[in-house]
Amino acid sequence: MDVAAILSILEGTIRLSTPLLLACLAGLFSERAGVFDIGLEGKMLIAAFFSAAVAALAGSAWVGLAAGVAAALVLAVIHGLASITFRGNQLIAGVAINFLAAGLTVLVAENWFRLGGRTPSLSGEARFQGLTLPLTETLAGVPLLGPFWGTVISGHALLAYLAFLAVPATWWILYRTRFGLRLRAVGENPAAVDTAGISVVALRYAAVMICGLLCGLAGVYLATALSAGFVKDMSGGRGFIALAALIFAKWRPWSAMGATLLFGFLQSVATRFPRLDLGIVVVPAQFIDALPYLLTVVILAGFVGKAIPPRAGGTAYVKEHG
Amino acid sequence: MDLAVIGGGPAAAAPRPPAIELRGISKAFGSVQANRNISIRVERGTIHGIVGENGAGKSTLMSILYGFYRADAGEILIDGRPTPIPDSQAAIRAGIGMVFQHFKLVENFTVLENIVLGAEEGHLLAPSLAKARRALTALAHDHELQVDPDAVVEELSVGHQQRVEILKALYRKAEILILDEPTGVLTPAEADHLFRILANLRAEGKTIILITHKLREIMAATDRVSVMRRGEMVATRRTAETSPEELAELMVGRKVLLQVEKGPARPGPAVLEVENLRVRDTRGVERLKGVSFTVRAGEILGIAGVAGNGQSELLEVLGGFAAGQGRVRLNGVALDLTGRRSDGQTRRAAGIAHVPEDRQRLGLIMDFAAWENIAFGYHHDPAYQRNRLVMDNAAVLAATRGKLARFDVRPPDPWLAARNFSGGNQQKLVLAREIERDPELLLVGQPTRGVDIGAVEFIHRRLIALRDAGRAILLVSVELDEILGLADRIAVMFDGRIMGERDPAETDERELGLLMAGVVPGARNGAA
Repeated sequence: MDVAAILSILEGTIRLSTPLLLACLAGLFSERAGVFDIGLEGKMLIAAFFSAAVAALAGSAWVGLAAGVAAALVLAVIHGLASITFRGNQLIAGVAINFLAAGLTVLVAENWFRLGGRTPSLSGEARFQGLTLPLTETLAGVPLLGPFWGTVISGHALLAYLAFLAVPATWWILYRTRFGLRLRAVGENPAAVDTAGISVVALRYAAVMICGLLCGLAGVYLATALSAGFVKDMSGGRGFIALAALIFAKWRPWSAMGATLLFGFLQSVATRFPRLDLGIVVVPAQFIDALPYLLTVVILAGFVGKAIPPRAGGTAYVKEHG
Repeated sequence: MDLAVIGGGPAAAAPRPPAIELRGISKAFGSVQANRNISIRVERGTIHGIVGENGAGKSTLMSILYGFYRADAGEILIDGRPTPIPDSQAAIRAGIGMVFQHFKLVENFTVLENIVLGAEEGHLLAPSLAKARRALTALAHDHELQVDPDAVVEELSVGHQQRVEILKALYRKAEILILDEPTGVLTPAEADHLFRILANLRAEGKTIILITHKLREIMAATDRVSVMRRGEMVATRRTAETSPEELAELMVGRKVLLQVEKGPARPGPAVLEVENLRVRDTRGVERLKGVSFTVRAGEILGIAGVAGNGQSELLEVLGGFAAGQGRVRLNGVALDLTGRRSDGQTRRAAGIAHVPEDRQRLGLIMDFAAWENIAFGYHHDPAYQRNRLVMDNAAVLAATRGKLARFDVRPPDPWLAARNFSGGNQQKLVLAREIERDPELLLVGQPTRGVDIGAVEFIHRRLIALRDAGRAILLVSVELDEILGLADRIAVMFDGRIMGERDPAETDERELGLLMAGVVPGARNGAA
C-alpha cells in the first residue's frame, strides 16, 4: 500500500464521516433531551431528495439546501407531535418516519422527473463543490504534510467543515450554556425541569428541531456534495450507523466525532478494497460494512465500559397523578 | 377570623394578612374529585401541618399551590393579594418553594447544577454557577444546610438530597416552603435535624407547610394543623389544643385505635433460623454482611431500620428470588439459597408466605383482576384446577369472593383490576392471598405503606391473629411506631448488619434511632 492509497483512504474517511457525524450530533441533541430518534435515516433521506430535486430545478445548491433542511424539519415536527405532544411510542414514530421517507422520496421523484426514482445529475452551481483551503499552495512542497493537507484536509464541501465545527459547538452548548444544562436535565429527569418552572415540551421540541436541522444538513451533503443527485434509498443505513456511533460515543460530542471517524474510516476501507486481502484471509467488504454494528453490540454488552443512555430517554413526560 | 393571630411568635402582634389563603379550591381528575371547595389560611411565620389519609387530596392541593396542576375553581391569595398560579414558574415568583416526597433532582448532576437549573442568570452557565456557589456557602452557614456543592446528587445520602431540595427553594428566595412527607426516608436523627432547620426558618419569618401522615411529627413540630378527608378540608386546629386521637378521628371520620391491642406472645420452637446470611447485588456490592437471627412460632420479629440498609435483600433471599450465602433453616430443614433449586414457588411449598414490600411491583399484577391476582402463586393448587391443563376459574372466583368478604376489601368485586383498588385494599388483597394459606412463616414488608389509617388497624389485627395462631412472622418496616406496636422482639438493621436486638418493652425510639444510624448506645466507638 503506498502513500497515495493511504491518503485516499483518509480523504474518503473525512468525506464519508461527514454525514455520519451530522446525523450522530442530530441524534445526540434529541436523545440527550430524552427523545429517542430512530428516524435519523428517514430525515436524511427526505432531505437528500428534496435538496437534490430543488437544486436540479433551481440550479442552486443553496436553494436545494434550504429545501432539504425544510423537508427534514417537517419530519422532525411530525416526530415531535407523535412523541412529545401525543406521547406516542418514540421508536414506532421513528420507524414510521423511515418508511414514510423511503416511500415518499421515490414516489415524488418518479412523479417529477420520470427517471425511475432518481433526480437528474447535479453539476456546477447545483452542487456543493470542494473548497480549497488556504495554505494548500504554500504547503504543497512540504513532504507528507503538503499532500496530507491538500488531499485529506482541503478540498471538501463547506458542509463537511461545518460538521466538524459543529462538534465543539455542540460541546459548548451542552456544557456551557443554560440551554444545554436544561437540555441534559430534561433527558435525565423531566420532573425536575418541570418543577423548576421550565417547559418540558418546549425544550424537547427545541431538541427535536435541532435534530431535524442537522439531519437535514446530513441529507443535503449526501445528495449535493458526496453524490451528484438523489437515488433511491441513498442514505443506505447511515442513520442507523449514526445511532450506533451515538451509543459508541456514550452520547458525548467529542466521542461522537471519534466514533463517526472510525466508522467513516471503515466505510472508506470497504469502498477502496471490496475484498481486503490480509494475506491469511480475505475480508469481504460486507464484513467491514457490518463492523460498526458489531462494535456497537460489543459496547452495548458492556465489554468496553458501560453505555448508559439518558435516563428519561424513550418515554414521554406525564405529570404524575396525586 | 377565628384563626387569626394565635401563636407563631412576633407576627402575632400585628394583624397581617395570611401568607397563603386558598378560597374554594376544587380539582377533579376525570370522575375523581380530588379537592372539593377547599379553603384554608396559613399565617405568616408559622409551621402549618396538613394531615389526611392517602388519597385525601393533600398532595393535589399542594401541587395546585405550586402550579403543578391547575385548579378547576377557586382562588389563591398570597399576602392577601389574589395571585393566579398557572405554572411552577409563577409559584416560584410568588415565593413558594416545594420539597416533593420524591425528590425532583437530576441525579447525575452536581448539587450546584441542580440548584441553578431553572434559576440561571443568563445564557451562559459560568456566572450562574459562581453566584450559586457563593449563595450556597451563605445558606449553609445560616441554616445548618451543609452540602458539598460539587458532589454528584446520586452519591449523596437521602438526607443530604433533601437538603439540596430545601436549598433549591431557599436559593429561589422562597418565603413559603411546602414539604410533602419529608421524613419518610430519614433516620430519626436526620428528621430531628430537619425539624431544627424548619424551626430556624420559622424564626426568620418564613412560612412552612408540612404534609405528613405521622401524627407525632404534627404534634411536635407544627403551630396549627388542618385535616383533610376525601378531598375536603374538615377541620383546622391549634396544635396545642388537639391530640393525636382527635386528629385520627377527624382523618378517618370515626374513632380509630392508634395502638394495636395484643396480649403477650407465647413463643414456641424456632421456625426460621438464619445464620451468617450474605447477599451481593448485581453490581457485586455486599448488601447483607452476615446476618443471623431466629424467629419462633407464635412471635413477631420486627426488623427496624432506614430503607436501603439490607431489609429488602433479606426479604428477597428468604422469599426465594435472590441468591445468597449462609445457612437458613425452616423448621430444621435447610433452604436452598443459591437460587438454582429454589424460587418463590418452592418457598411457598415449604410453608413461607410473602407479603412483599412493593405490592404494586412484586405483589400484584396491576392490570389483572382481583380474582386472577388471588390465584397467582397458588395457581397450581388442585382446588383451582379442573384438570392438568385447564384452570377452574369458577373455583378461583368463589374463593376470591370469600376472601374479599373476610378481609373487608372494598369494593368486593372480583373482576375489578388491582389498579383500581385503593392502596389499603390492594394490600388487603395480598394479605388475603398469603395469610389464609396458614403458612409456617409469614414474611411481611412494609405492611401499611400507603395504607389508610382505617385499614392499618385491620391489617395489624390480622397479623396479631396469625401470631396468636402460633405462626412465625418476620416483619420489616421503616415505621418505628409500627415495629414498636407489633413486634415481640426488635432487630435493627444498618448497612447490611443487625446492630442489636431489643425488647420493645425495654427500649424507646431514641435508642432504636441510634441503632438505625449505626451507633450502638453505650459503645465507645460508634458504628461497628
